[in-house]
Amino acid sequence: MSGDHHHEPGFIRKYVFSVDHKVIGVQYGVTALCFLFLGFSLMMLMRWQLAYPGEEMPFIGNIFGEDAMPGGVMLPEFYNSLGAMHGTIMIFLGVVPLLVGAFGNYVMPLQIGAPDMAFPKLNMASYWVYLLGGIVMLCSFFVPGGAANSGWTSYPPLSNIATTGQTWWLFGMVCLITSSLLGSVNFIVTIIQLRVEGLTMFRLPYFVWAQLITSFLLLLAFPPLEAAGVLQLMDRLAGTSFFMPEGLVVSGVVQTQMSGGGSPLLWQHLFWFLAHPEVYVLILPAMGIVAEIIANNTRKPLWGYRAMIYSTIFLGFMSFIVWAHHMFMTGMGTKISAFFATTTMIISIPSVVILTALVISLYQGAIRFTVPMLFALAFLPMFAIGGLTGLPLGLPASDIHLHDTYYVIGHFHYVVAPGTIFAIFAGIYHWYPKVTGRTLNNALGYMHFFLSFVFINMVFMPMFWQGMAGVSRRLYDQTVYAHGDAVQSLTIMSSWGAWMLGLAQIPFIINFFISAVAGKKVSNNPWDATTLEWLAPSPPPHGNFETVPVVYRGPYEYSVPGASEDFHPQHVTTEA
Amino acid sequence: MNRSRIIGIATILVVGICLIAPSVALGQADAPIASGNQIDGDYGYGLPPMLSKDGQGVDDLIIILHWFMTALFVGWAIFFVYCLFRFRSRAGHKATYDPVKAKASKYAEIGVAAFEAFLLIGLSMPIWAATKNDMPSKDDATHVRVVAEQFQWNFHYPGADGKFGRTAPDMVDTVENPLGLDRSDPAATDDVYATELHLPVNKPVICDLTSKDVIHSFSLPVMRVKQDVIPGMRIPVWFTPVKEGRYEVACAQLCGNNHYSMRAEMVIEDDASFATWLKEVGIVEEFDEDELD
Repeated sequence: MSGDHHHEPGFIRKYVFSVDHKVIGVQYGVTALCFLFLGFSLMMLMRWQLAYPGEEMPFIGNIFGEDAMPGGVMLPEFYNSLGAMHGTIMIFLGVVPLLVGAFGNYVMPLQIGAPDMAFPKLNMASYWVYLLGGIVMLCSFFVPGGAANSGWTSYPPLSNIATTGQTWWLFGMVCLITSSLLGSVNFIVTIIQLRVEGLTMFRLPYFVWAQLITSFLLLLAFPPLEAAGVLQLMDRLAGTSFFMPEGLVVSGVVQTQMSGGGSPLLWQHLFWFLAHPEVYVLILPAMGIVAEIIANNTRKPLWGYRAMIYSTIFLGFMSFIVWAHHMFMTGMGTKISAFFATTTMIISIPSVVILTALVISLYQGAIRFTVPMLFALAFLPMFAIGGLTGLPLGLPASDIHLHDTYYVIGHFHYVVAPGTIFAIFAGIYHWYPKVTGRTLNNALGYMHFFLSFVFINMVFMPMFWQGMAGVSRRLYDQTVYAHGDAVQSLTIMSSWGAWMLGLAQIPFIINFFISAVAGKKVSNNPWDATTLEWLAPSPPPHGNFETVPVVYRGPYEYSVPGASEDFHPQHVTTEA
Repeated sequence: MNRSRIIGIATILVVGICLIAPSVALGQADAPIASGNQIDGDYGYGLPPMLSKDGQGVDDLIIILHWFMTALFVGWAIFFVYCLFRFRSRAGHKATYDPVKAKASKYAEIGVAAFEAFLLIGLSMPIWAATKNDMPSKDDATHVRVVAEQFQWNFHYPGADGKFGRTAPDMVDTVENPLGLDRSDPAATDDVYATELHLPVNKPVICDLTSKDVIHSFSLPVMRVKQDVIPGMRIPVWFTPVKEGRYEVACAQLCGNNHYSMRAEMVIEDDASFATWLKEVGIVEEFDEDELD
């Protein structure tokens, strides 16, 4: 496959329209980091309106135009656009592309000893369709009425009667889903087919397992949303009424242009049938990254490697039958809610098993507090908080009070922001030397970690108290309510946390770019790691390995008794 | 990482927090609630006042859950921090290759699963079943139709005959007839329309929720009541208010640009005041119609 290179490809084929999984991985990574920062910036804007409702935004209030922020004061429609696009951008354009597109693409083929993905052109198509989806989403900010403003969940009928931005959102989503589908097929085939000799399924690094299960989730969960997206497009553009019941009166106007007879709840079922597995798409690869880094930095095999894999497979299956726990408040009766509450309680068990395995892995280790390890360690308590606060939301009775409040926002952000995004940072610090041949600066890294850790908690911790007080999410101004006004100080605290968190990313941004050219040069295996990606040169050439490796043992053979070194790589022929 | 660097970082953090604290305090100035009405009850950082006869179960569950979560997290965190300290990399310390053969984690996992089962079957399911199945008899209850629209709550009382008059979408007029009530229907003659939810104290209430346009969510924080209002469906909720006063009705589901302002007030009062109010609102309605003719 990699043996017939008669000529070196030109610049465009090599760095722009490349079929090399590493170039595509970096393209995905850089694009998605930009989107991640954009999504974060949207939120920093919203936080001003939340903290100081109706006040003129200082410094930058006037650059958004009269349609969005007349006189520097944010309009509710702009606020709603920011909210919907923050969610969409963070999940579909930031976190998933980073976890799967960037880390999956770059690291997974190296870890299985493959020269590339099974379908390199499909891989390239996946990136470009993703980029197209991202551009469509960005352009939607400039259409009349602004970007989509019906929440990232886009519940009809609101989304059906929303401004043009919603149509753009749907087109963007169709692109992004197509991209994910192309990627997931590729990942599954690559992991099943392209493992080198000796690399059995139970010698795979946990990260690869996480990517495999994630790909199955993407493959099976996304098509229903793609179908739902097309149905909503038809509702908006072709006058169908899949999601519209009859007899609607919007702003005093009877909706006679459509036949009615549709169901708004149909959308919610189709949406959450994707969006709950999507939660595990957001978390499994993050757990994969964390597991790699913990094994490497405790200098000890992962505890319960097989239990973790079985739990992950079980999680994957279960994630398809919990979706309606997002819909307890839609008028669900006792039988259906009992089913979904039970599956929700059951799905918490494998998560507990994985988290327990990771923390017991620390026991009797020799823990190195490197920058990636700090991020990986911080992931554990943050994910624990995120997981635990899911309990009151998963039980229908306590969900009555907490549903659609800030408690929900706090809960899922603990899973995804200080959880998954910390895992992403851990992964960046860990694999940066492999990608660039240079290491990131340590001092800037520690500064980035400690500041981020404090401020991210300052953003999300107050939300649990706000939610407890009953404050609804997605409110442009919570002070109109007595129970909201009473906890407005928490909102202000969150906002300051968010802005400081923004500042805390400056060391990272500087580090990321400067170290690529001026960072300390390192060997192929700077972390003394055992998995195959560290055998390849840094950065790996086209085709990855100089000779095709053979695997002799499991992925985490650290501190083998009697060995001269405390790591025993998978490809080394001799026994320790 | 050396000690001086840790101290440096700690300093940055402390200074940062000191800068933030005053801004937080300054922002806490009490602005009056938009409607200008005084809302009863103490609101703060915990659960809001609980004023429903049947809401205590929800609160109990939330409180038990949070104790459970705190216990789990603290226990877990102690082990975590102990490991970080005890097994830190240092000269002369080596990692152990063989996995630790502890049964404790298995017992902990089984314990967690068992307690979750108890929470679900023992607490959540009975509360939920009562919320969904034990509808009070319509003869003993105050019956109200709640009609949600962007961005207003409409309340429709059946009047003395206990029957709601016919409504139709094409009769809706945003100003004069938000309900689309057909006044020619005999059942509609004594119907009362209001934008404030008045209810008699200590008497069950049944609210039939419908929406004219998009999905809303009928949220009464002090009653521990929340229910999505879905166009094309009529969904009943019920509760029994136990304390007089003026409270808030919120919309908990994003319903458009002014979702945040979709707020109404709920007045819980004694039977006599409720009857008087009903009469006054009804008269005002008729008076308005005469004026318009």
